[in-house]
Amino acid sequence: MAVATKTLLEVAGLHVHLGESHILQGLDFAVPEGGVTALLGRNGAGKTTTIKAILGLAGRSGSIRFDGQDLVTMKTHAIVQLGIGYVPEDREVFAGLTVAENLKLAERDAEPRYELVYQVFPELKQRAAQRAGSLSGGQQQMLALGRALLNRNRLVLVDEPTKGLSPLMVASATEALARVAEASTVLLVEQNLQVARHLAQGVVVLDQGRVVHAGEVAGLLADDALARRYLAVGVEGGH
Amino acid sequence: MRVLNFAHGTFLTVGAYASWSIATALPGLSETARFAVAVGGCLLVGAVVAAAVEIGLIRPLYNRHVEQVLVTVGFALALTALVQGSYGADPKPYPSPARTQGVVSLAGATIPSSRLLAIAVAVAVFLAIAAFLRFTRWGLIVRAGVENRPMVSALGIDVQRAFTLVFAIGGLAAALGGALGAVYFGNVAPDRGTQTLIYAFIVVVIGGLGSFTGSALAALAVGLLQQFANYYSSVYLHFSAAGDLAVVLLLATVLLIRPQGLLGKGT
Repeated sequence: MAVATKTLLEVAGLHVHLGESHILQGLDFAVPEGGVTALLGRNGAGKTTTIKAILGLAGRSGSIRFDGQDLVTMKTHAIVQLGIGYVPEDREVFAGLTVAENLKLAERDAEPRYELVYQVFPELKQRAAQRAGSLSGGQQQMLALGRALLNRNRLVLVDEPTKGLSPLMVASATEALARVAEASTVLLVEQNLQVARHLAQGVVVLDQGRVVHAGEVAGLLADDALARRYLAVGVEGGH
Repeated sequence: MRVLNFAHGTFLTVGAYASWSIATALPGLSETARFAVAVGGCLLVGAVVAAAVEIGLIRPLYNRHVEQVLVTVGFALALTALVQGSYGADPKPYPSPARTQGVVSLAGATIPSSRLLAIAVAVAVFLAIAAFLRFTRWGLIVRAGVENRPMVSALGIDVQRAFTLVFAIGGLAAALGGALGAVYFGNVAPDRGTQTLIYAFIVVVIGGLGSFTGSALAALAVGLLQQFANYYSSVYLHFSAAGDLAVVLLLATVLLIRPQGLLGKGT
């Protein structure tokens, strides 16, 4: 008997305009509670804009419901306070602050999980007094993921966590994401199909601002033509 | 914060007149108590006016610099005119405590007490703001918000409140400057804020946008250069306005050699 899965995030008729461009053209998809849902698509398909629209970092219209609550009228900080973490594309750590200050700034819970953060990324503890701007790209990604691990989020939005990382750091980031997913639902934007295949159970594929496929990752993997058409990679050769 | 606030000088004017109004309305108190109450009151007025300006005028205009300039210049002109209309265009004598009107001998120099008071308060304010930025959570939010405002919001922090707090602190400091300026000059005048604002902008540009320590160093450099240039030009050249010229030359030199300012990070 199939187990009924509760929907945590439901997006319906989501539109985003940036200047003259109509970036998202009526997105409809749902993210079930628990596990990882991958948001895939070619460059410019609207993945990052979708994440920003959910967080209120991009002007949007339509419906975005998180555990039944409408997010469209809410401000970004109030949305995050509902228990939504964010790991942005390009890390966006605060370069002028130290590693410790970056983590302190991200504290929302009464008891932030520093032990977990330092267990997953011991290097962050060693570099606590170092300015984040002087960290390598991989170390900055550790910090960005560490901020998401620090609080008990119900949903974590992760935008291209392996972009620009060395193979070793990709493995480390993937492991950290698996730890995040143990406690939170994850909506993962990822260009690296291997990472998405390893972590995700569900998948939503975007193309030119529209959802063109939604279902289980296994379904996408079984359809090489679909992957080639919308991701520009074959499932066997996806990097 | 990337805000061009041309109304900041009026916070100084408002503080000066609030201080004057309170001090002249409290004849029963001792000089020192009257001055203390007047300064306390002007700090409150300065902070409230500045916070109201941020909420009412600046908040809808973040990242719209041309509109910020137009609105804040308009506000400054209107408020200066309002002060002139209410209190008159002429300077009004300020009831300074007698102990601030004396002189102190220091290392062979005779220094007016009001100057020492201004220096001591400036150092205390610098240390207090530096400690606020360095050691408090609000200070951490402000430092991060200046760097990347949307990302601070994305961490669940109401960054708008932090920016309003920054304006309130700025208004408080400007109002304090207004009260100390009233002691320094012996009077309050409607256009003192706008006159001072020009130097404030020069100091901020020389120090480097976004650098608190840079502004403090630049303020010291500009003040000393202006006074030395005035003194030596009047003694040796019989030309007494060289101070302003020297300051503008310093500004031009810094912009040519180091456009980001002394401690600015550049773009």
